Amino acid sequence: MADDILRIRTPIGIDYTWSSGPGSVVYMRGLENGKLIGRRCPDCELVYFPPRNGICPRCGVLLAAEVEVGPRGTITTFCVVNVPFLGQTIKIPYVAATILLDGADIGMQHLIQECEAADVRMGMRVEPVWKDKSEWTPSLENILYYKPTGEPDADFDVYARHL
Amino acid sequence: MRDVAIVAYIEGQNTSATTLSPVEMIVPVVHEILNRANVQRSDIDFWCHGSCDYMTGQPFSFVSAVDALGAWPPIMESHVEMDGAWALYEAWVKIQTGEANTALVFGNGKSSAGDMNRALTLQLDPYVVAPLWPGFRSLEAMGARAAIDAGTVTERQMADVVSRSLRDAADNPNVLAYGYRDADELLDEPMTANPLRAHDCPAMADGVAAIIMTTADRALEMCDRPAWIRGIDHRIDFQNLGLRDLSRSNSAALASFHAGVTKDKVDVAELHATYSHHEIILAQSMGIDRSTTRMMPSGGALVANPLMAAGLARFGQAARQIFKGDADRAVAHAAQGACLQQNIVAVLEGN
Repeated sequence: MADDILRIRTPIGIDYTWSSGPGSVVYMRGLENGKLIGRRCPDCELVYFPPRNGICPRCGVLLAAEVEVGPRGTITTFCVVNVPFLGQTIKIPYVAATILLDGADIGMQHLIQECEAADVRMGMRVEPVWKDKSEWTPSLENILYYKPTGEPDADFDVYARHL
Repeated sequence: MRDVAIVAYIEGQNTSATTLSPVEMIVPVVHEILNRANVQRSDIDFWCHGSCDYMTGQPFSFVSAVDALGAWPPIMESHVEMDGAWALYEAWVKIQTGEANTALVFGNGKSSAGDMNRALTLQLDPYVVAPLWPGFRSLEAMGARAAIDAGTVTERQMADVVSRSLRDAADNPNVLAYGYRDADELLDEPMTANPLRAHDCPAMADGVAAIIMTTADRALEMCDRPAWIRGIDHRIDFQNLGLRDLSRSNSAALASFHAGVTKDKVDVAELHATYSHHEIILAQSMGIDRSTTRMMPSGGALVANPLMAAGLARFGQAARQIFKGDADRAVAHAAQGACLQQNIVAVLEGN
């Protein structure tokens, strides 16, 4: 019966020219030079990193002032990955965390390394480990991972409204 | 039925290739239309958006468009994977059900992000037509050929449509095709996709269009002369091109009948005719007499075709004719799909 089934393969492909838009260019140029640059909303004054298409989604206005944030930050929440999956490149267990960079008002996701997964906790202070400068591109992948700084944990109140 | 009117229309600057992100294109247009209608975000109780992920090559790209709306506190919004004209229809239904009173509808597209002739092919039947990659322009050329062979359209008529569109484009600062030429000059041009010449095909654009519509109790606060939607309908033809007579548009004829187009004279028609022969096929199918109705005073989609916004722009341009008092009764139309497969038609009146 299976031999009666006719199958066709119809691969599709289209090339796109993606422009990130002026709102994100500053952020990407910053990364290319080892700087973390967010932008401030002129209405609610929150600092976005990354600056999400250059828009404050809360206010629906274009973000304005450029603000250098981090490089250190605080883990606000995290997930321990124990499950192997196809294409996995990092040894399990590892931790994916939401990190609130100093001076930013939204968390960003990154990998935590150089510590046991069991030791990661909310409030833990972390700092980035960069790729070799020769490999930098306009991408957050320039940061290999974040590692603990050894500073005392941040008070819950510091990041409570960013959870 | 609740009386619903279009009370404001704004279009962003059409460009051949913007470096703005789609969301950055939308933000100023939303601000401008709220100002135009003199309303706050909180006055809008339904937001509806039309766009197409295949144009940006980004799945769920429409979700980021919500960032442009300032969705805090939470808003009621929706999206159609269609031209903004279909978002307008959804909003009209929403208002009819009583779930909303005032809606902001917008459509946007960045045609420059990819090869639209190829991207639009993905609308076709994925088994036997799309894998051939016929290209959108070639399909429209087939439609034009069918109409010419059936004797319902002539090359001269097509050239006349282009010539008039180019003349009207001179008065519209938001177009991408310039320079009046008469029909004889146009017919001297070589064909690029027989029987289409380059000027029979639309000037592709990146752009945004937005409309605010509301009910009778608020319409006059937002607009001196609202464009009342007296009839609206949309219909779809078979996807299979071989099952259709491409020399006419059955779905446009049905939508026109149910919207009530022929019940009275039509002062102005803004038809979403992206290829020159579309206008002739549509007018015949919809019962519009092109000799007595002012056709596309804006120049139409031929001279500026921001995909996913150009259909909504026809509704907006038709409404503008009512706002200004230049028309009492206008027909707005939008089409999607290959060879006028899907059609939406509305009758707008000033009184």
